[in-house]
Amino acid sequence: MTRYTAVTDVDRRAMLEAIGIASVDELFAAIPAAVRRSAPLDLPEGLGEAAVYAELRELAARNTSVEDEVSFLGAGMYDHYVPAVIDMLMSRSEFLTPYTPYQPEISQGGLQVMFEYQTAICELTGMDVSNASVYEGPSALAAAAYLAKLTNGRTRFVISRAVHPHARETLTTLCAGYGMSVTEVPLADGVTDLAAWGSAIDDDVSAAFFSQPNYLGAVEDPAPLVAAARAHGALAVCSADPLTLGVLEAPGNLGVDVCVGEGQTLGNRLDFGGPSFGFFAARDEHVRRMPGRIAGETVDVDGRRGFVLTLQTREQHIRREKATSNICTAQALNALAGVVYLSWLGRQGLVELGELLVQRTAYARETLGALDGVSLLHSQPAVREFAVSLEGFDLEAVRRVIARCAAEHVNPGHPLGIDYPEYQSGLLVAITEQRSRAEIDLLADVLGRAVAAERAGAQTAHGGGEAR
Amino acid sequence: MTAANETAMQRDRAVTIFEKGQAGRRAFSPPPLDVPERALDDLIPRRLRRAEPARLPEVSEPELVRHYVKISRRNFDLDTGFYPLGSCTMKHNPRLHERVAGLAGHARLHPLQDPARAQGALELMWNLERALAEVAGLPYVSLQPSAGSHGELAGVLLTRAYHEDRGEQRRNVLTPDTAHGTNPATVTMAGYDVVKVGTNADGGVDLDDLRAKADRETACLMLTNPNTLGLFDPNIAEIARIVHDVGAITYYDGANLNAVMGISRPGDMGFDIVHFNLHKSFTQPHGGGGPGSGPIAVADHIAPFLPRPVIVRHGGEGSNGSAREFDLDYDRPKSIGRLRGFQGNYGCFVRAYAYIRSLGGSGLRDASEVAVLNANYLLARLRQLGVCDLLPPAYDRICMHEFALTGAPMKAELGIRTLDLAKRLLDYGYHPPTVYFPLLVEEALLVEPTETETKETLDAFAEAIAAILTEAREDPEIARNAPYTTPVRRLDEAGAAKQPVLRQPLG
Repeated sequence: MTRYTAVTDVDRRAMLEAIGIASVDELFAAIPAAVRRSAPLDLPEGLGEAAVYAELRELAARNTSVEDEVSFLGAGMYDHYVPAVIDMLMSRSEFLTPYTPYQPEISQGGLQVMFEYQTAICELTGMDVSNASVYEGPSALAAAAYLAKLTNGRTRFVISRAVHPHARETLTTLCAGYGMSVTEVPLADGVTDLAAWGSAIDDDVSAAFFSQPNYLGAVEDPAPLVAAARAHGALAVCSADPLTLGVLEAPGNLGVDVCVGEGQTLGNRLDFGGPSFGFFAARDEHVRRMPGRIAGETVDVDGRRGFVLTLQTREQHIRREKATSNICTAQALNALAGVVYLSWLGRQGLVELGELLVQRTAYARETLGALDGVSLLHSQPAVREFAVSLEGFDLEAVRRVIARCAAEHVNPGHPLGIDYPEYQSGLLVAITEQRSRAEIDLLADVLGRAVAAERAGAQTAHGGGEAR
Repeated sequence: MTAANETAMQRDRAVTIFEKGQAGRRAFSPPPLDVPERALDDLIPRRLRRAEPARLPEVSEPELVRHYVKISRRNFDLDTGFYPLGSCTMKHNPRLHERVAGLAGHARLHPLQDPARAQGALELMWNLERALAEVAGLPYVSLQPSAGSHGELAGVLLTRAYHEDRGEQRRNVLTPDTAHGTNPATVTMAGYDVVKVGTNADGGVDLDDLRAKADRETACLMLTNPNTLGLFDPNIAEIARIVHDVGAITYYDGANLNAVMGISRPGDMGFDIVHFNLHKSFTQPHGGGGPGSGPIAVADHIAPFLPRPVIVRHGGEGSNGSAREFDLDYDRPKSIGRLRGFQGNYGCFVRAYAYIRSLGGSGLRDASEVAVLNANYLLARLRQLGVCDLLPPAYDRICMHEFALTGAPMKAELGIRTLDLAKRLLDYGYHPPTVYFPLLVEEALLVEPTETETKETLDAFAEAIAAILTEAREDPEIARNAPYTTPVRRLDEAGAAKQPVLRQPLG
C-alpha cells in the first residue's frame, strides 16, 4: 500500500472474494508469461513526502532562476509579474483537478472560463473566433499551417526568418509528414525583407507566416506583408505576442486570416518552458477547420444560460481520420491564467503596461547602444525586446560575455548566434515591467565591463579564458 | 423542475466577467515610469499602433476573485467526488507535487537559461527519462511532446523518418477499430492512410484481419494494450511478430499504461515506440482539459530520429560537479526536429518525477495492481447487485484497469439510454463514466475507477447505479429528464452548434 492507495489486507480479501479469485496475480492471467515481469522495476525505493520535497528542493536550488539574478532573458518567454490571484485560482480543486468538460451540466465553471477566454483573445487580436487554446506557441503556428493546407490544398509555406526559430523548426517538422515544403524569407534591418517576401509568394503558397513583434524584438509593418499573401490567395498568418497588443494594432484589423501565439506572457510562469498555452484565433470563415476545443453559449431545458463544447464534428473523437486536427485537449488551466491575467490588467492596464514596456525598452536600448563596443542590431521600433551587436565577437565570445555578467548575477540576454549564424555577435535583450531603471543601469554597467574585459582578454591571451 | 424548487446555484444565472465591472475600475497598479518619457509617436509610428484599446474587463481585485471563485463552484472536480471517467485515469493529484513544482528554482527558471546554470532541471529530466525508459522497457526517451496526441504525432513522424532513412516510402498505418480517435487523426496529420483492423470475439485484435492487411505498404501499427475495452491482448507477441515481419514499426499508445506499470513493459511486448500520458499514469492534475505531457520512449533503431534537443550526460557517473554535466544536444543530424518550443512541459516533469520518487518501483506496480483490483471489484459489485443484467460487460473476462459495459439491454428493457443513466448519476454526486466510447460497443459505458479510490467509494457508486436502475424501472422519466440538481440542466448542444455563439458580444 502506498500513501495514495487504500487497500488494506482486509479489503483485499473481501475484494478478491467478490471477484471470485484467490490472488491479485490471477487478475493478470491474460498477460502471457513471456511478457509478464516478475522482477521489480529497477527504480529507487519510494520516499516519504518530506524526503521527496527535500530532493526536489535540492534540484531546484541548482537552477539559477529569475529570482537569483537580474534577468534580461526573453526570446519567447518572459519574466512578467504573475499576480497572486492567479496562483490562488489555479490551485483551486475545481479548476485544477477536473478533466475536459464532457459533462457540461457539472462543468459550467470551466466552460464559462473557456468562453470568457475566447472572448478575451478575440478582443485582443481583433479576430472573429478563438478556440479554447492549444499546446503552446510554436505548435500553434504549425496548427495554423495545417488549417491552411486543409483550406486550399496548396504545396508550400512561406515564413519570415524573423519568426521564432523554434516555431520555424516545428513547422518544418510537422509539415514534413503531409509533404509540404517551407521557404524562408530573409531579413533586412531586423524586419522581414518585403521584396524577398513578395517574390517568395506565388499561387502555390498555402500560407505565409510572420511574427509581431518579431524574434529580434522589431515591430513589423504587417499591412504590406498581409497584402502580398492575400494577393496570391495565400492565408496570412501572424504569430503575435499578446501582451504587446495593448500598444500594437490588432492583427485582425490588418486583414490577417489566422493569429496565433505563445500565451506564456499572459499570467503564466516560466516553468523552464512549459506548460503554458498557445492561442489560436481566426476569421469566421475558418471556424469549421479550426483545431481543438471550442466552447459556445446555449441554454438548458429550462432556458438558463449555459455553455458547452461545440462544433465537435471537427474533432478526432467524432471524425477520426477526417478530423481537422488530432488535438484532444486544450491547455485549460493555463488559459484560465490567461483570461484572469487579462481581466486583472484590464482595458486600461494592458495599454499602460505596454506603454511602460515601450518607454523602458527605449531607455535600455539607448543606454546599451551607447556602450563602447555595443551597437544596435536594427533600428526598428520595439516594444519590450531588442537586439544589440557586441561588435566583432563571435558566438563563443558572446557566451563568455554572458558568463562574465552571470558571475555578477546579471543575465544580459540570449545569444542570437545560436539560431542565426549571420548574427554571431548578436544579443537579444528583454525588458519586462519587472526590470527597473536601476536594473537597466546595472545591466549597462556590468555588460559594458564584461565586453571590455572580453576584448582585453582576446588581445592579451587569445582564447580569453572562461570567466567562471 | 419548476422555479419554486430551483436550487440557489440554478437561480444564480451565468454572468461573464465582461458583463461585470464598470469603466475605470482596475485590479492592476502599473509600476512607475522611472525613465525619461519619450513621445510614443517617436518610438512606434502611429500607423503601427492600436487606435482602440481591446475591450477587456474593468474590475477590481475583489470582484475578479469573487467572479472566478463563484464560477469555479459550478465545476465538479476530483477532490470533491468519484470520477471514473474511462480512459482518462482520474487518479488523486498529490498536493506535494504542486508545492515542489511551485519552487522558484523550477517555476521561475527561464527555458533559455544557460544549461550550466540549469543543472538541477536537466538532471531531473535526465532522471525522469531513465525512469520512464525503465517502465517502458525501451532505452531512449524524449520528453518533448506536449500531450498524448502530440506524442502520437511524434511517434508516427519517427516511423516515417525511420522508413525514409531506409529508402522506403510506405503508405499505411494500421489502427484497430477500438482505437482512440486521436490515433486515426494523427495518422492523417502525418500524411499516412488509415487501415482499420477488426476486433475478434474476445475483444482483441483479429489476427487474420491483421495478417491480411499488414504488408510492405504498412508503416506502422498503433495499438493500445490493454485496449480501450480494458482488455489485455494475449496475442501481443504474435501481433508484434506479424507487424515486424513486414518491416513495419509497432507503436504503443500509452493511454492505458496505468494497468501494467511494473507488470508488463511495452518494450518487452515487442513495441518499438511508446508514448506516455504523464497526466494519466503519473498523475498530473488534468486542469479542466490540459495541460498534459506526452513523452515517448523508443528502441535503438528509432533513437537517431528523436526530436531535438536531447538531454545528454557528459562523462557518465561520478563526473558530478562539472559545470555542464547535463546538457542539451542539438547536433542530431537525423532528428525529425522540434515538435514545439523549448524543452517540453517541464512543470509536468517535476510532478511526474515527484510521483515516481514517492512510489518507487514497487509503488508503481502496487498502483497498477490496485487499479486492476478496483476495476474488477467494481465490476463484481455491479454483478452482485444485478446491475449487469441490464448493463452487461461488453466482453465477459477479467478486465484490466477499466471495463466496458453495454447499455443495450437497459435501453430495451427500461427505455433509458446510457446518456440518461449518466445524467442521473450527476444528481447522485458522481462524475459519470465515459459514455458512447468505445464505438463498437452499443450504448457504451467505459468505467475506470483508478487505484486511489477506496472500497467504500466503489461500493457506494455501484449502489447508486443499482438505485438509478430500480428507480427507472418504476419511472423511466426520472432518468430521461435528469439531471435536476446541477447548476444547469440538460443543455441544447445541437442549437449551440447550429448557431454558434463563441464569444461574448460586446457593445
